[in-house]
Amino acid sequence: MSPTSATPSAPSPAVDHGPTRHLGAMDYSVLQQCMHCGMCLPTCPTYVETKKERHSPRGRIALMRAVADGELAVSKAFGEEMYYCLGCLACTTACPAGVDYPTLFEAARAEVEDAKVLDSPKRNAIRATVLRGLFTRPRLLRLVGRLLWIWQASGGQTLFRRLRLTRLLPPNLRRLEPQTPTIRARFSHQLIQPVESSANPKPLRRVAVLTGCVQDLAFSEINRATVDVLRANGCEVHTPPVQPCCGSLHGHNGDLATARDLARRQIDLIDPDRFDAIISNAGGCGSHLRNYDHLLAADDAYAAKAATWSRKLRDIHEYLVEINFRAPLAPPSPQTITYHESCHLCHGQKVSVQPRDILRAIPGVELRECGESSWCCGSAGIYNITQPKTSGWLQDRKLDLLTATGADIVATANPGCHLQIANGLQAQGDDHTTVEHPIVLLARAYAAEAND
Amino acid sequence: MTAPDVRHALGSTLADADILTEIEDLIPYGFDGTATLKERPLAVVFPRSTKQVSAVVKWAREARVPVVSRGNGTGLSGGSVPVAGGLVLCLNHLDRIVELDRANLTIRAQAGVVTQDIFAAADAAGLFYPPDPGSMKISTIGGNVAENSGGLRGLKYGVTRDYVLGMEVVLADGSICRLGTACVKDVAGYSLRDLFIGSEGTLGIVTEVLLKLLPRPTARRTLLATFAAMDEAAATVSAIIAAGIVPCTLEFLDRRTIQCVEDFAHVGLPTDAEAVLLIEADGHPAAVDDEVAHIEKLCREHAATTVRVAADAAEATRLATARRSAFSALARLRPTTILEDVTVPRSELAAMIRDVEAIALKHDVQIATFGHFGDGNLHPTILTDERDTAEMHRVEAAITAIVEAALARGGTITGEHGVGLAKKPFLRRQLGDASYSLLQLVKRSFDPDGLLNPGKIFDLPA
Ligand SMILES: Cc1cc2nc3c(=O)[nH]c(=O)nc-3n(C[C@H](O)[C@H](O)[C@H](O)COP(=O)(O)OP(=O)(O)OC[C@H]3O[C@@H](n4cnc5c(N)ncnc54)[C@H](O)[C@@H]3O)c2cc1C
Ligand code: SF4
Ligand code: SF4
Repeated sequence: MSPTSATPSAPSPAVDHGPTRHLGAMDYSVLQQCMHCGMCLPTCPTYVETKKERHSPRGRIALMRAVADGELAVSKAFGEEMYYCLGCLACTTACPAGVDYPTLFEAARAEVEDAKVLDSPKRNAIRATVLRGLFTRPRLLRLVGRLLWIWQASGGQTLFRRLRLTRLLPPNLRRLEPQTPTIRARFSHQLIQPVESSANPKPLRRVAVLTGCVQDLAFSEINRATVDVLRANGCEVHTPPVQPCCGSLHGHNGDLATARDLARRQIDLIDPDRFDAIISNAGGCGSHLRNYDHLLAADDAYAAKAATWSRKLRDIHEYLVEINFRAPLAPPSPQTITYHESCHLCHGQKVSVQPRDILRAIPGVELRECGESSWCCGSAGIYNITQPKTSGWLQDRKLDLLTATGADIVATANPGCHLQIANGLQAQGDDHTTVEHPIVLLARAYAAEAND
Repeated sequence: MTAPDVRHALGSTLADADILTEIEDLIPYGFDGTATLKERPLAVVFPRSTKQVSAVVKWAREARVPVVSRGNGTGLSGGSVPVAGGLVLCLNHLDRIVELDRANLTIRAQAGVVTQDIFAAADAAGLFYPPDPGSMKISTIGGNVAENSGGLRGLKYGVTRDYVLGMEVVLADGSICRLGTACVKDVAGYSLRDLFIGSEGTLGIVTEVLLKLLPRPTARRTLLATFAAMDEAAATVSAIIAAGIVPCTLEFLDRRTIQCVEDFAHVGLPTDAEAVLLIEADGHPAAVDDEVAHIEKLCREHAATTVRVAADAAEATRLATARRSAFSALARLRPTTILEDVTVPRSELAAMIRDVEAIALKHDVQIATFGHFGDGNLHPTILTDERDTAEMHRVEAAITAIVEAALARGGTITGEHGVGLAKKPFLRRQLGDASYSLLQLVKRSFDPDGLLNPGKIFDLPA
């Protein structure tokens, strides 16, 4: 504002829609932090797709602020806008002002859920079964996973139907069926002992490994590989066999209460004081897990533990580089690899060079950089289910760039991205390019060394 | 006039999706990059051709609805804030580069093309479009022309005005008109083209521009010098200019700015320095080496504590990108960031900086300063909180004092961001009554009904 001209006409009257529980109650300076400079615009996929301000970070923040100011009701359009946002956090990397978009985003979605503006019987049913029913019960989730596996392994669609398990899954499962991850024959607890000693006689460090839910069902071998590489680098590894979901799905979908609940359960299960580090190997989970300190800041009983937790939480790549991991000695088998950055790993956790460092340390690897490697692939939690159009546009854009590198392997470190890219490649009829987690590649190199 | 009326009236001209009337769509078009100014438009429209622009303007005139042109809303003087309501006419879908003419070294582009894309298209052809506002990855060329934007390379290469050969504009009555020609020399009549450059959307709507390009310099080197006192940095600048050296870039950051930028960009800026100069030389390789050596010597003679030459192009780009984030990075310190934009003759720089420091002290407000030192263009940036009324009074007093100090030193109230709303109160003082009235007269003859971006630059007498 400048001296006299700043209020040339009367501001539109503020309509009081009553205090809002989340945006209205938050520290106002978080909302003020955005100064509308627009530096984030070219990095925001939804803005690039439509070129409309409402679909940009600064537009969304302006809407959130209008809600906090009581100028805008938490409307259906507001709700739709908040769910049109990918939550990819590219804006946080681009923003020089340091706007805390993750906090704003979670508060805004919680506001939408509180106001019930998007409610419909179908949406409520999905949220109740999937978010609160399934993803809070690790054993049930595994059971469903097991049955899915039987279904997939035996082609037993009939059996699946007879058991009426569709009830537990989103009604539009049929459309998504081809995208259903291939469930692994064995899950993490069948592959990993609760405690595994270090490969060195004297462990240098003691760490806990988080197995995740989607990771556990669809990519349990990545968890196994994680334990292997940690052991190979002098860690004693603790992996509780039954772990609750980290709560990221809930946090990102406006259910902060359940997210807090799950965080407390996680901390009860893995006491951060007992470990040198707590290791996550999935970009999306890690980004949320690091945030427990904020999530439980107001919880007197847990705040201190949560702070320790967040301090010790490490992404696997980050941790390996931090402890000066050992480069594998295996004789080089030539591999061309390109790296796709999971949004929540690079933007959420700022882990971007470490996975590349690890890939480059593997003998025989040629790492080929891919354009827009830190752009969202369109997976974004359950975004590919809720916004198939934008998700598909992003998937195509990503596949074009990945294919252009000519690499045989796409490395990525988040189960959502992994599935999105693998499904995309498959749909294009590409049966040559494979998708791998960098840690699996590293573990393989260590194993080749042992066989040598 | 209501939003549904607009939709109804323009429905045959524009696609449905190109007319926005929902409140959730209007709020984000109520502001630009300027702090604390906002107003809600009646509707937002996205024309996709000059014809559509013309049709919208014709209708608006008949219906007496104000029209505010908008590029991408990065303006820093409130230029695209719809203070009188009406339509926001957003040009960012007019985003085609029409032609790059190698024989004549020109590029023709629609108004909504992002500045960076013009630079990139020229670069790909081995040519060079020099104007590079800090916002170049977002701002549109139409917005640049409307604000006559400067940039980091202004010292050697000038501002947007120096590259505009011609343009296509839609006038207030909806007629389409071409100004200027592709000729490098052209003295036929008044230069209406020049009148439009810097007119901030008040005279007409720019729909296409024809820009001059240069051959691409063959070499480029960047140098970073740190100083223990601001004065020494300013004195170094004077010495460089006095030695007859014209680097392409000569940027300055003070201690607060350095810290914020480093916090964001992690490029290794010395956070304990009082001031840094970021200097770039370009041209023929031998000349560049010579210039860099000379500049380095002058920096050392003027008490630079360190001088570092960027190792390669990648490091140079990192440093320039960091510099471009300066304004936004300052928002890390306080909730509200108010950027000023004054220019003084370069010999007055050191004195002007001392003025700013004294003003900050006297009014008890936090001010960080950075700017295009080579042009004498300073951006004293006030860090405050708009909710603190008492502090905001002090802030207003400080802003007035800064502008007055610049005028007293023979400077201008705005070096590149335009008058818009922010500088309106000071314009008459700078111009004097006669020129001020002349400007109003020009506005009247182009836009007799006062419907194009009303309320900007000055108020018209009723
Ligand atoms: C981080 C940051 C850095 C910046 N750095 C610089 C800098 O270094 N140098 C500098 O000069 N500026 C700078 N600016 C200011 C701003 O970017 C420029 O003024 C820019 O030219 C605005 O372009 P825009 O497309 O965003 O226009 P807008 O903000 O949308 O509009 C600006 C003005 O132009 C008018 N206008 C826009 N398009 C048209 C058109 N087609 N026809 C007629 N009128 C039109 C509008 O009505 C308004 O008055 C910076 C801004 C930011 C946020
Ligand atoms: S999270 Fe991603 S989609 Fe959402 S505003 Fe930020 S950049 Fe855009
Ligand atoms: S870059 Fe940051 S401050 Fe600038 S508009 Fe985007 S979110 Fe706001």
